[in-house]
Amino acid sequence: MNPQSAVHDTEYKRSDNAQAAHVAASGRASGGHVLAADGSWRADTWRIVREDDAEPVDGDIVPLARYVALAPAQRRRPIGAWIGPDQDPSALADFVDTLPIVAVDFPSFRDGRGYSIATLLRTRLRYAGPVRAIGDVLVDQLFSMKRVGISEFALRADQKPAVAESALRTFSEVYQRSVDQPVPLFRRRAVAEPR
Amino acid sequence: MYRYDDIDRRILSQRVAQYRDQLQRHLAGELPVEEFRPLRLQNGLYMQRHAHMLRIAVPYGLLSATQLRRLAAIARRYDRGYGHFSTRQNLQLNWIDLPDTADILASLAEVEMHAIQTSGNCVRNITTDEFAGVATDEIADPRPLAEILRQWSTFHPEFAFLPRKFKIAISATREDRAATAFHDIGLYIVRSPAGDLGVRVLVGGGMGRTPIIGTVIRDFVPIAETLNYVEAILRVYNRYGRRDNLFKARIKILVKALGAAEFARQVDEEYAHVAGGEGAITEAEFARVAAFFAPPPYASVDAAGDRLDAAGDRAYARWIERNVRAHRVPGYRSVVLSLKKPGVAPGDCTSEQMELVADLSERYGFGELRVTHEQNLVLPDVPVARLRELWDEARGAGLATPNIGLLTDMITCPGGDFCSLANAKSIPISQSVTERFEDLDYLHDLGEINLNISGCMNSCGHHHVGHIGILGVDKDGSEWYQVSIGGADGSDAGGGRTAIGRVLGPSFSAPQVPDVIEDLIAVYVAQRRDGERFIDTAARIGLEPFKARVYARSRDGSDEAIREAA
Repeated sequence: MNPQSAVHDTEYKRSDNAQAAHVAASGRASGGHVLAADGSWRADTWRIVREDDAEPVDGDIVPLARYVALAPAQRRRPIGAWIGPDQDPSALADFVDTLPIVAVDFPSFRDGRGYSIATLLRTRLRYAGPVRAIGDVLVDQLFSMKRVGISEFALRADQKPAVAESALRTFSEVYQRSVDQPVPLFRRRAVAEPR
Repeated sequence: MYRYDDIDRRILSQRVAQYRDQLQRHLAGELPVEEFRPLRLQNGLYMQRHAHMLRIAVPYGLLSATQLRRLAAIARRYDRGYGHFSTRQNLQLNWIDLPDTADILASLAEVEMHAIQTSGNCVRNITTDEFAGVATDEIADPRPLAEILRQWSTFHPEFAFLPRKFKIAISATREDRAATAFHDIGLYIVRSPAGDLGVRVLVGGGMGRTPIIGTVIRDFVPIAETLNYVEAILRVYNRYGRRDNLFKARIKILVKALGAAEFARQVDEEYAHVAGGEGAITEAEFARVAAFFAPPPYASVDAAGDRLDAAGDRAYARWIERNVRAHRVPGYRSVVLSLKKPGVAPGDCTSEQMELVADLSERYGFGELRVTHEQNLVLPDVPVARLRELWDEARGAGLATPNIGLLTDMITCPGGDFCSLANAKSIPISQSVTERFEDLDYLHDLGEINLNISGCMNSCGHHHVGHIGILGVDKDGSEWYQVSIGGADGSDAGGGRTAIGRVLGPSFSAPQVPDVIEDLIAVYVAQRRDGERFIDTAARIGLEPFKARVYARSRDGSDEAIREAA
């Protein structure tokens, strides 16, 4: 891993709201739903485990390092992994065919590393399963998150569902290639004569 | 210039709708200040000292007459009837009411303008040579690449929350007129020995708190690969740039920490994954975009029509010498309209002036104009035969100060009069220096001197690269000014040097600054050799003679000056 990634987050520390959302999302009984990239809502059956040392049970999404350290037999169970912004998704390279879910953590919505992590998960590791945004997930970032291949969103508890749904439809066309549209507009745009 | 098609228009109108919704949610109390801030910033909206400031994008400094008229109308209706052209070739309106902003953006969109990514931790407006397409020393027109990069960077989903702002400049000429080496990425358009177009890529330049001249990490990237290579740089930066300290978050700090060679290795490793493929710019796209920048229908003239005669009229000759530039087409010249004159903040332009300049650009050209990073305006295509007529009109509107490149053609940030980041005011300093050097004969005799003023370490006024640089600093709650000399931005005015100015010593009070500048000039005049510019003399004799003179005077009069300042 690049030594530059091991910086201590102070500026980008987890917001209080995000903390609250994590607490809310930590119990499966909270009845949480996640928004899918297509705008539909799904009952959430996963539990985010923030602690590094807990013994995972089925349905847990555990820290990346914890997941990598699991015994091979445990990795055949329905256990997912979440990636923090200073972690390298390539650590999951050997598991992309079997991982049931990968979550990308946004400790603050201003921390943009998760967008590159999701991009790498999809384009470099070719991970095809669900990628979930967790943490400080706000409606106004959903369109970009969708573009980089995040397929479901565990929205912060205070976010309005209707606003979130329409945010996914903000733009009907995009300029640059990304995960959701690997062909840039200039290759799709009909060559027009300048007026 | 580039014109929007239906797709561009739709994207822009969806952006306005997105912002309008965000603004409404914010005004309704649903979107907290902290969460609204990056959204408004990426639409150009700052909270300043007295009001909101809207920074409107002028992509690579190119404007049409229609667009300038709209800017004039917006400044009149929503602001106080003037705007400020900035060192990123943008236009800033200083007195904006937040609830109006969605309507302003909608009005801009009608003329294919916006304020997208003029602030925030994202890729900012891409700048280039104000003489693009007409310059005599151009390798290839940089504007098609600038436009392709503009579209690529617009709402890039991966790079909207970078560690810090990100500035790209393109230079496509022998002379670097875009301060390219002082950008996060500097792209120099070059030709390979085989004649293929490409870019030499520099990274990690910048001004601000830690001024650094960028380092070339690749001598030649094929032009079609520009987006892929830039993507690789941004991905490395996005992942590994520091986010723990605002002052160490620019890419230059990462490049410095890793070393340019290691940074380049990481970029190359990333680039190997993204090279070629769908991200490569197609020839069809280059052709499509380049067609928008095709030369306008110039009239062909004989040798007589290219002759410029200013004999017998000193004032006119002076203007020709300073404000008129060579053009690649015989019979034409480019004219710089000066926004620098006594009594006006450098770069400020009233709505009436904007409307007049729009008219001038149509009557003396093809309805296009340029904004320079030195905060002036350019009419790129003026027929030689009509220069005198234009001079008369421009003079009447206060736009013909014959001072381009001279001491009073200062780059000045808005400073403490407007900006909430500033430690000190900049505009009154530029005013007092301008008043001190009002004698045009003397000014012309002094020749080319770049004097740049910033009101704080963020260096919006490019003080680090001023031949003379002035930086406002705060000492115990009062405003002081640090003076440096020897900076150079890479342009011919500084002999092609790129250099960061060296600080003379202890800072000065505001009333002392004109005296200090006068002292520096006196040393230069006494020491200069034939035809030597200030910057050349400074490079030859070093800091000491300047220091000796300045601080001798300051010892004599400083106490009084300090009392006066207090």
